[in-house]
Amino acid sequence: MGKVLTIIDGKEIEVERDRWALDVAREMGISIPTLCHHPALQPYGACRLCVVEVTKGKGNWLAASCDLPIREGLSIRTNTPEVIKSRKMAIELLWARAPEAECIRKLARELGVEKPRFNLRDDLGKCILCGLCVRVCNELIGVSALSFTMRGDERKVRTPFDRASDSCIGCNACVAVCPTGHVVSVDRDAVRYLETWKTKLDMVRCEVCGRAYMSVKEFEYIRAKLGEQTFLEKVCPICRRLQTASRLEGVATNKENIECAVNWHPAHKVGSST
Amino acid sequence: MVKLTSPDQLVSYREKLQAARKQDKPCVAICGGTGCRANRGLEVARTFRNILKKKLLGEKVDVRITGCHGFCERGPLVVLLPGGTLYVSVTPDDVEEIVTASIEGDSIVERLTYQMPGTKKRVSRELDIPFYANQQRLVLAKSGKIDPTSIDDYIVVGGYASLAEAITAMEPDEIIRWVEKSGLRGRGGAGFPTGRKWRACRQARGYPKYVLCNGDEGDPGAFMDRSIMEGNPHSVLEGMAIGAYAIGADQGYIYVRHEYPLAVENLRIAIDQAQEYGLLGDNILGSDFSFNIRISRGAGAFVCGESTALMASIEGFSGEPRAKHIHTSEKGIFGKPTTLNNVETWANVPVIIDKGWQWFAGIGSENSKGTKVFSLVGKVKNTGLVEVPMGTTLRHVIYDIGGGVADNRKFKAVQTGGPSGGCLPADELDLPVDFERLTEAGSMMGSGGMIVMDDRTCMVEVARYFTKFLTKESCGKCTACREGLLRMDELLEKITCGRGCAEDVELLEEVGVYVQTNSMCGLGKTAANPTLSTLKYFKDEYISHVVERRCPAGVCKELTTFRIDGAKCRACGKCIKSCPVEAITGEKKVAHIISQDRCIKCGACREVCPFDAVVAP
Repeated sequence: MGKVLTIIDGKEIEVERDRWALDVAREMGISIPTLCHHPALQPYGACRLCVVEVTKGKGNWLAASCDLPIREGLSIRTNTPEVIKSRKMAIELLWARAPEAECIRKLARELGVEKPRFNLRDDLGKCILCGLCVRVCNELIGVSALSFTMRGDERKVRTPFDRASDSCIGCNACVAVCPTGHVVSVDRDAVRYLETWKTKLDMVRCEVCGRAYMSVKEFEYIRAKLGEQTFLEKVCPICRRLQTASRLEGVATNKENIECAVNWHPAHKVGSST
Repeated sequence: MVKLTSPDQLVSYREKLQAARKQDKPCVAICGGTGCRANRGLEVARTFRNILKKKLLGEKVDVRITGCHGFCERGPLVVLLPGGTLYVSVTPDDVEEIVTASIEGDSIVERLTYQMPGTKKRVSRELDIPFYANQQRLVLAKSGKIDPTSIDDYIVVGGYASLAEAITAMEPDEIIRWVEKSGLRGRGGAGFPTGRKWRACRQARGYPKYVLCNGDEGDPGAFMDRSIMEGNPHSVLEGMAIGAYAIGADQGYIYVRHEYPLAVENLRIAIDQAQEYGLLGDNILGSDFSFNIRISRGAGAFVCGESTALMASIEGFSGEPRAKHIHTSEKGIFGKPTTLNNVETWANVPVIIDKGWQWFAGIGSENSKGTKVFSLVGKVKNTGLVEVPMGTTLRHVIYDIGGGVADNRKFKAVQTGGPSGGCLPADELDLPVDFERLTEAGSMMGSGGMIVMDDRTCMVEVARYFTKFLTKESCGKCTACREGLLRMDELLEKITCGRGCAEDVELLEEVGVYVQTNSMCGLGKTAANPTLSTLKYFKDEYISHVVERRCPAGVCKELTTFRIDGAKCRACGKCIKSCPVEAITGEKKVAHIISQDRCIKCGACREVCPFDAVVAP
């Protein structure tokens, strides 16, 4: 579009107009905590951890840097006392909301919060309503199996009517992006249980090693995306790598290393009987 | 079937109507506003029609159900035109007498006229009553005279003349300049300069452009926009059409909150009629300008009064605000340039075009021009809908128009701006009603709600009430608003239930400031105002709650003890009769006593005691 001049933490820099302040600051080596941000998704601005102090003309205010577009005349400071105070309060509130979430406690200690001054809740699990699961399912996967429901204190991520989802393809993207581990998934006896969404899906078994590695629906979803004509092998990631490695000359294949490399997300439990 | 295809045709149609309607034909104008309807106002109208018919006067006297007259405290209101005699608190049983005395005859039914407090003098002319005499009704001028379901009524009093002038004799740029120079600022609460908003939208690139009307009016106790939409819907349509012409839009939406079915109906009727007459739709008054309006209904969410949430709602999404770094005048509804204005703002536009920007700019204060409609409610004698020039003092509104505090009790505070506003104490009564001055004092103009509070109002409880409202209405997206308000509610609950401590009050203020500075949208940014303003002006009341464990106003039950002051008690027995749990004992000539074991702190005895002998020390 065009380049504009902006000042971040006292340093003048020329950037392309409308780039997100968070991205620009991080590229400059400035550290800004985030919870609801993901590089592959549109900014959401919900967690308020990434707030920065903005000055434009006579105006001065706090804004979430993840969805703050850089414009002419904007001056940003990322670690003023006001900013630090705000981040501490944000994480303190989230801690009180989801005390079981380890990553929140860890971030809180990093930001200098010893203990929340509010009653700890025990009815909301580890969900901090960052919306990453909803957004990845809607924006990236395009299946829209999840949505925010209700509002205010009753706001909750759910499948329609809180029932098993027909649309879910069991891709586990929601599991992968959840920052607190609230969204969990278990594979057991060739069935994938998206426990958090009360949804279970049959899985495809690898034709080489026999392990169940993907849900049938996800398999069909990928096949549909690639085109019906595409021949899609039912081979699990580990066997596929072994196959590829064996086709490359002079490459020693180490099965254990490959198995480790295909790392399942910690919140995705793979049962032994798969 | 009337179809007006040129401004001249509109003029001649108006003249024809004026000639056909004899200027001095008697008309009984009955208020069809919210309060009067709830008080058998429609039945009064029906009774008038029946009795006039019976007396063979049906053709000679019109009976018209009009928009809100404003003096809600004294409804049902009946005004006899053209004379202007006002009868208050009219019941269906009074109708016969009114017809005989004032319509068939030439006299006034004294007992049904307004009586001045103090002198007890009877005032029969509407405009002589202080409640009306102290106002300047511009936006509400026509409401009390027209039937909102009749476009002819609107045309006869000059309606749509501004639209005709605008689209045939003015350039869009000129109209925007007029609105800019008039100083009109948004009446929905934020007070953004309307002309500037229109100019930004006109300059924005994108097609089609939209004009929207915010009829979501969610503040508890506010009914300004309701009265305008119900009582004079054409004024809103005309304003929007002028705005659409100025900006270059051809489509408009009116977003009406779900809880206003009468507003939806009257707007719908008005839109249909305007289209039929060629005043809306394709080629308005035969010009090149086409403009269509649709109605979109809300679904019970206060947050949908926020501009970006409102647009999301019309688009079919959940009412969730977004950060407004890109103004909606650039990218609004459906990603297109949009001008969203409040109902009252739109209703001001035809007035500005009609009377000129200089005239409008001559009313009000330096930075707040024109008038503002307020819903004056609470512990005030004359509750109702009032319209005053900006810059009028709170004292003038509450005392000269409002008649002062109800039951002559002591003034404690006035809340302006609804849940987004703050409470101001007696020291601030001489503050002018003005965007900047109210915000500086810690409150805000808001959409026009004005709640008067007396010495029996607990300010901590007021903060709790509004905070609880907002916790339920927050969309819940951002941590600051959702979690912050929730914890503020918890703390206020603690304090009002007698379990709070001084640290809780400090923490409450800290969280409040956090919510104010860190929230994403206007709802969150103003949500802490009720709490922060009461902490500012009524800190001693909070301290009483947590240190003395006492509610000075005698409202918070756990912190209240009612006792009868033996010196004041006259042993009349009224309190004994009022007590729902028989907690009071006493005989003639012996001071009554409240049994603390049985007392449930309902306060009924205090309400009924004529000697103020029930105290909460």
